[in-house]
Amino acid sequence: MSEDKLIEGVLSGKRRALARLISLIEDEDSSVSRILAKLYRHTGKAHIIGVTGPPGSGKSTLVTRLTTELRSRGLTIGIICVDPSSPFTGGALLGDRIRMQEHALDKEVFVRSMGTRGHLGGLARSTSDAVRAVDAAGKDIVLVETVGAGQSEVEVVEIAHTVLVTDVPGSGDDIQAIKAGIMEIADIFVVNKADLPGADKKVTEINAMLDIAPTSDKWRPPVMKTNGRTGEGISELVDEIQEHMAYLKSSGVLEHKGLQRSKDELEQIMEYKLTRELMTKLQGTPEFDQAIKRIARRDVDPYTIAERLITKFLASCRE
Amino acid sequence: MSSSKKIRVLVAKPGLDGHDRGAKVVARALRDAGMEVIYTGLRQTPEMIVEAAIQEDVDVIGMSILSGAHMALFPKVMELLKAEDADDILVVGGGIIPEDDITELKKCGINEIFGPGTPLEDIVKYIRENVNA
Repeated sequence: MSEDKLIEGVLSGKRRALARLISLIEDEDSSVSRILAKLYRHTGKAHIIGVTGPPGSGKSTLVTRLTTELRSRGLTIGIICVDPSSPFTGGALLGDRIRMQEHALDKEVFVRSMGTRGHLGGLARSTSDAVRAVDAAGKDIVLVETVGAGQSEVEVVEIAHTVLVTDVPGSGDDIQAIKAGIMEIADIFVVNKADLPGADKKVTEINAMLDIAPTSDKWRPPVMKTNGRTGEGISELVDEIQEHMAYLKSSGVLEHKGLQRSKDELEQIMEYKLTRELMTKLQGTPEFDQAIKRIARRDVDPYTIAERLITKFLASCRE
Repeated sequence: MSSSKKIRVLVAKPGLDGHDRGAKVVARALRDAGMEVIYTGLRQTPEMIVEAAIQEDVDVIGMSILSGAHMALFPKVMELLKAEDADDILVVGGGIIPEDDITELKKCGINEIFGPGTPLEDIVKYIRENVNA
């Protein structure tokens, strides 16, 4: 598929083009930044919803249920599910689709599985660009399901407008609830498998944690009970998700976050490009190799050498 | 194409057949060989398999069937792939499939059939050598 055809395909919502683009993004193909550059102005329309929580807390089932409800409200859906890659072989078994059979033939639901490929933080490095591709393809909602998260897989907060943190009854005590990390990123808490004993206690614990949280935020994360098996509580959850988006818009938080994200992204891209530029210039040069050897022998220190090489690089840019 | 290209494989169980041990063992072996395996689970229709293969942009589809319905389901998958212009995907099968049927299935575009007792390394090697890089 040619680049122009691919771009045209993605923008008209063709799923083969979208699927191919996500592969190129994952494989870090050299064409990706050119393609994304052309798609950029068509993005920013989708409501991006992150779903995170411990392994086995029902994230995939919840995503399926949410999809059913959102579809019934006339919205189109893209789903990106991330599962871990093996740190030893780089392989992965991506099994989130198993729970998403219900929507397998709905052309307005696009599901894509991603392996983390060595990236920590709960997502793959390319997840944010993949989400952007789905956004460009015109989906109203993008659901991003993270890997089963522990306490510090919090990266989803950087790409999602609304973050759902799932938990189940009987997991941990009230001290777990006030620890830093994942409990801080929720816009909405979801106590899933609420038919199990201890659901109300869990809700109370999370609410108690929220009561003592010093926050200037006007949005207090609601704590919702759901049952992924029966679908109980899902409609109310979707109401809250839409409520949250309305809050983001009316409070100006959406605009503020948008600026922050654009700043972070621009910095990241510049840092990446600059480093690559510098390293392609240096790597393999006798000067660089010599410096490494001298550092290893303790003749010189890496701090001084780094300073010197960068100064020289910047000077060469001025010429 | 950059060097970080990973082989993506869809492992599926078409039809009414609950025997998924073989499919899981193969999925695990492919994972251990560094591939990304998308496992769809049981009771897939040909339409579901082809749709998943397209959305996941896989290089390979592996189907396991032990119910005897392979002559109905495998060719249907091939037909749908052609209709979607996606017949560049490598398609392999496994399970209990008689010799005579294998010839027929290969005629309709299934690239290879791996019967019981196939060493896992053979499957890995076959995929590595035949996938459209």
